Amino acid sequence: MSKKSNSKIYWNKLKNWPLLLPVIALILVMAVNIIHDAAIGENPLSFFMISLRNTTTSGTILYGRIIDIINRGSEVAILAIGMTLVVSASAGTDISVGSVMSLCASFMCMMLAGYGVSSTTTLAMPLAIGLLCAVVMGIVCGAFNGTLVAHLKIQPMVATLILYSAARAIGLLLCNDLIVYVRNPSFAYFGAFTGPIPTPIIITAICIIIVSLVLKKTALGMYIQSVGINARASRIAGLNSRLLIFLAYTLCGLFAAIAGIVASSRITSADSNNIGLYLEMDAILSVALGGNSLGGGKFNLAGSIIGAYTIQAITTTLYALGVSTNQAPVFKAIIVILIVVIEAPPFKAFVRKFNASRAAAREV
Amino acid sequence: MDKAKTKKQYNSNTILLFITIALFIVLYAGGCVAYGSKGFTHFQTFLNILITNAGLICVTCGMTCVMLTGGIDISVGALIAMDCMLLAVGMKNGMGAVPMIIIILLIGAVFGIFQGFLVGYLEIQPFIVSMAGMFFCRGMTAVICTDQVSITQEISPTFYAWANAKIVLPFGGYTNNKGKYMAPYVRPAVIVALLVLVVIFILLRYTKFGRSLYAVGGSEQSAAMMGLNVKMIKMKAYMLSSFLCSIGGICYCLNTMAGSVSQATGLEMDAISSAVIGGTLLTGGVGNVIGSFFGVLINGTISSIVKTNGKLASSWPNILTAMLLFIFIVIQSIFAAIRERKKA
Amino acid sequence: MENNVVLRARGISMTFPGVKALDNVQLTLRKGEIHALMGENGAGKSTLIKCLTGINDFEAGEIHIDGINGTIKNHSTRDAQNVGISTVYQEVNLCPNLSVAENLFIGREPLTKLHTIDRKSYNSRSQKIMDELGISVDVTQNLENYSLAIQQMVAIARAVDMECKVLILDEPTSSLDDEEVEKLFKLMRKLKEKGVGILFVTHFLEQVYAVCDRITVLRNGTFVGEYPISELPRVKLVAAMMGKYLNDLESIHKENKDFTNAPMEISAKGLSHTGTVKPFDLDIHKGEVVGVAGLLGSGRSELARAIYGADKANTGTLEVDGKPVKINQPIDAMNKGMGMLPDDRKAEGIIADLSVRENIILALQAKRGMFKLLSRAKQEEIADRYIDLVQIKTASRETLIKQLSGGNQQKVILARWLATDPDFLILDEPTRGIDIGTKSEIQKLIIKLAGEGKSVLFISSEIEEMLRTSNRMIIMRDGEKVGELDRELSQEGVMHAIAGGEG
Repeated sequence: MSKKSNSKIYWNKLKNWPLLLPVIALILVMAVNIIHDAAIGENPLSFFMISLRNTTTSGTILYGRIIDIINRGSEVAILAIGMTLVVSASAGTDISVGSVMSLCASFMCMMLAGYGVSSTTTLAMPLAIGLLCAVVMGIVCGAFNGTLVAHLKIQPMVATLILYSAARAIGLLLCNDLIVYVRNPSFAYFGAFTGPIPTPIIITAICIIIVSLVLKKTALGMYIQSVGINARASRIAGLNSRLLIFLAYTLCGLFAAIAGIVASSRITSADSNNIGLYLEMDAILSVALGGNSLGGGKFNLAGSIIGAYTIQAITTTLYALGVSTNQAPVFKAIIVILIVVIEAPPFKAFVRKFNASRAAAREV
Repeated sequence: MDKAKTKKQYNSNTILLFITIALFIVLYAGGCVAYGSKGFTHFQTFLNILITNAGLICVTCGMTCVMLTGGIDISVGALIAMDCMLLAVGMKNGMGAVPMIIIILLIGAVFGIFQGFLVGYLEIQPFIVSMAGMFFCRGMTAVICTDQVSITQEISPTFYAWANAKIVLPFGGYTNNKGKYMAPYVRPAVIVALLVLVVIFILLRYTKFGRSLYAVGGSEQSAAMMGLNVKMIKMKAYMLSSFLCSIGGICYCLNTMAGSVSQATGLEMDAISSAVIGGTLLTGGVGNVIGSFFGVLINGTISSIVKTNGKLASSWPNILTAMLLFIFIVIQSIFAAIRERKKA
Repeated sequence: MENNVVLRARGISMTFPGVKALDNVQLTLRKGEIHALMGENGAGKSTLIKCLTGINDFEAGEIHIDGINGTIKNHSTRDAQNVGISTVYQEVNLCPNLSVAENLFIGREPLTKLHTIDRKSYNSRSQKIMDELGISVDVTQNLENYSLAIQQMVAIARAVDMECKVLILDEPTSSLDDEEVEKLFKLMRKLKEKGVGILFVTHFLEQVYAVCDRITVLRNGTFVGEYPISELPRVKLVAAMMGKYLNDLESIHKENKDFTNAPMEISAKGLSHTGTVKPFDLDIHKGEVVGVAGLLGSGRSELARAIYGADKANTGTLEVDGKPVKINQPIDAMNKGMGMLPDDRKAEGIIADLSVRENIILALQAKRGMFKLLSRAKQEEIADRYIDLVQIKTASRETLIKQLSGGNQQKVILARWLATDPDFLILDEPTRGIDIGTKSEIQKLIIKLAGEGKSVLFISSEIEEMLRTSNRMIIMRDGEKVGELDRELSQEGVMHAIAGGEG
């Protein structure tokens, strides 16, 4: 076999690699960083540099832009896990996760601070109970969504629209319209550091590892994909489609709660109006960016996670380039459109046709 | 036997519409009974709901059209923010009100064509496309100007005049406690919104394009098989949505008289929930603007009641709307289940 | 072109990645004839139709249409309609949420002076069209309120009203019962008189001989021949379609055994599902094959679904192996050793985007439960074993099932159930829409299973194949079990029982 056809085989393999898109996006983001750093006269590789720094508040910690991205991307990555399952099982998206995050955070802070207390340094009850409250609230919200989608057969977007608009408002109500501050070190731990490593990174890693193990060691992954592709056929083949869809949403709620704990712990408060704002969009985007079809069915968890960090990398890079928080969405939008257009089957068909006609022209 | 069966089924969508209308009446009557002393019974309260929600009515009409095709357009809130900001900044920089409005309508149409192209011709999911559209508009608003820009009388007397013009109605007034006759009025934006409503109603019911929206929503494949240009129809639907949204944006701006980055956040959800409460299915093919109109009125009545009460937390309208949405989609799903069972 | 020829296709070739789907195929359709297009699955029938209607772009060849100079090439169904080619598919391509009239006129509505739709005019015109064709419907009602047969006729009426010269009917009878088929044939004959050239694709041989004038046969993407119906008796037609193993079907014979003393596998008493099947009793012995005969909608599938829990039974009791059981959903039935191959392969059988391997092990995995995952090696072993056993033609076990032909998909579903080693297998129309070769394989398999002491409930619209395989038959009519036949099973006897009445 000639060398050329060999390389062609590799190229084809690469082209069908499911993680191609998120990885390319990630590489592009890095390239932009390198060029930017070089242009402003900094070390071009400063993006990748990780160092230890001494701080007065947290002791010796890891420092660097990559660490920052992985740290800040934690919430989206955690949400992306649940979102991947939901998209796969029900061919729909859970747009309530951001609001549910906020509700869980509000409920937890309200429990920890006591109702109506706007700021406290001592916990009104053990931290574990507060965390449990958040988790239970997340699961309840997820179960609510799951019931609507799985049992009442309501389209996922509409079903989750209910909590999307209500959860944040309920959280605000629980907090008596206040921003509740819980300035307690044991609570702040989840948004701070474990040794030199930011705790959110560790929490995310634990979530990812547990879910991967579950997917690898049980048939859950196959079950969910099967239900997502054809729920009726799956039922006849002995799967409990409803239960699986319900489970996917409940898990999604659970992960929203975990993300809510992290987000709230970072700012040691429950800012109902801002926690998790637009994060549902980022989570959905992660799933799409990770090469998963939003039409349900097959999924690739690794893709979603890489997608999540890519989005955070884009955001961080934009800030580094001097784009303001409010303006950043423009670039996000352009990137999203570019990605989905490249991925769109009609566009691919067009490119193929174009290439073919060019090849034909060359032969003549 | 066949005929008797069909008659019942035919009515289930109509029943839903009646429930929506009945709910509005009950809500409104409830408001009148509870807050009659605070002036809720006055005809003007109803008109105020229309005035506040004129923009939303336009947007919901567009949203209904898109939802009929089985799609969704969540960019509308952000587009309104961009429209308002453009209006404010443009007029501040010396543009006239009329040219600015034309520019904004054009931008709306072009933006819609772009979104529609991506959805229709490149077959990208509407949710993703309009999410990107939302990001884009929201970000662009900040790119245009990060501060809040007010439209004052000095900036544009014309626009100011439109915003404050009262169109007095010859009926439904009352005499206040000082003995002065208070004539009920609406703002020009309301007239625009109602016109849009009527036009879209006719469009959906009596034109080829309107019916093809239903056909695409009913079965895209069938519509294509029957020779409809599905791609073009979808593109037009999104264009219509963004265009109507721009009209809505102008109406909205006439109310707020300002442009700011965080304006109209969550408006897309108000529009969607109004349409759903009004009986439009997100799966496409079922719904009409009359229902959507009442959906908006129900949303408006809830806010109005909460505002009139004055003691309720500001988050109550959100919660109540969500509860209504919940009730309605449960009713819808029960109806669907009954229909399925009858068929079997 | 000859005078009476309305469509002529010559030398059509088309390749899909890796497969030559059509190779130099020709087709000639004359005015006022009903022309059958026959071939086994994968012969290229649907590909050819898609080339004619502009869904596929063929690579070589030319198509002529009466009244148009030069060759035509359609790029969309709209192009095809413009030159007078209309198609009605098995799955009706109309909009269920629109009225019958709208479905007839959408895209070409009569307009008023104001450019709005003239509802009155198209409602009355629609009613007239339907009356003329002898279809009794209220055109203002939504299409979804009518039966599939009516919907299909509406689709045909639409095609006819668009003044098509060529009407392609792609397996229109697959989901219709006999009475409905007869109505459809009446309509087809009417259109034939009007001079429409009808291309009729079907799997049912009897139907070909009932209405068609000519037959074009394809095999493996090539043109075999065109014959007037009188010159091609059934046996020859089958021979043309299959090329070989003609006598396979004839050689299938069940053993005649007496089951009265055999132990009971399934014993249902008063089982019913509201609205679909009235209370029925049913006993099935171990090693017995029981056929269920009845028209579509007679409750034959619903009877099986009630036993299996696909539609939960509302009343009655069920005993499996002599022990009473409660079945709420399919998994309960599976745990009692049942399996069911549903009649709608696409909607309830295959998991399209999963591989052949995953499709095969799915039911076994579901039975084991989520936490007892079969190891990858074990999965591959099972998949390979059944690919071999039921002779699934697939590139590899990791091929997606949606890439297989219909017959092979059906075999995968069969393999899925065989892998669970069921004691009682329900086969609901396992041979529908698949080629004759696979049909005979499936029939042989049924007899083999029975020989192993397993019980089979076999539902089919082809009485012949049930006669060949079943020891006993139960007869369904209007949602009710009306009788059982065990001795002297004959086609005529069964037909009489199905038809009911005084006879």
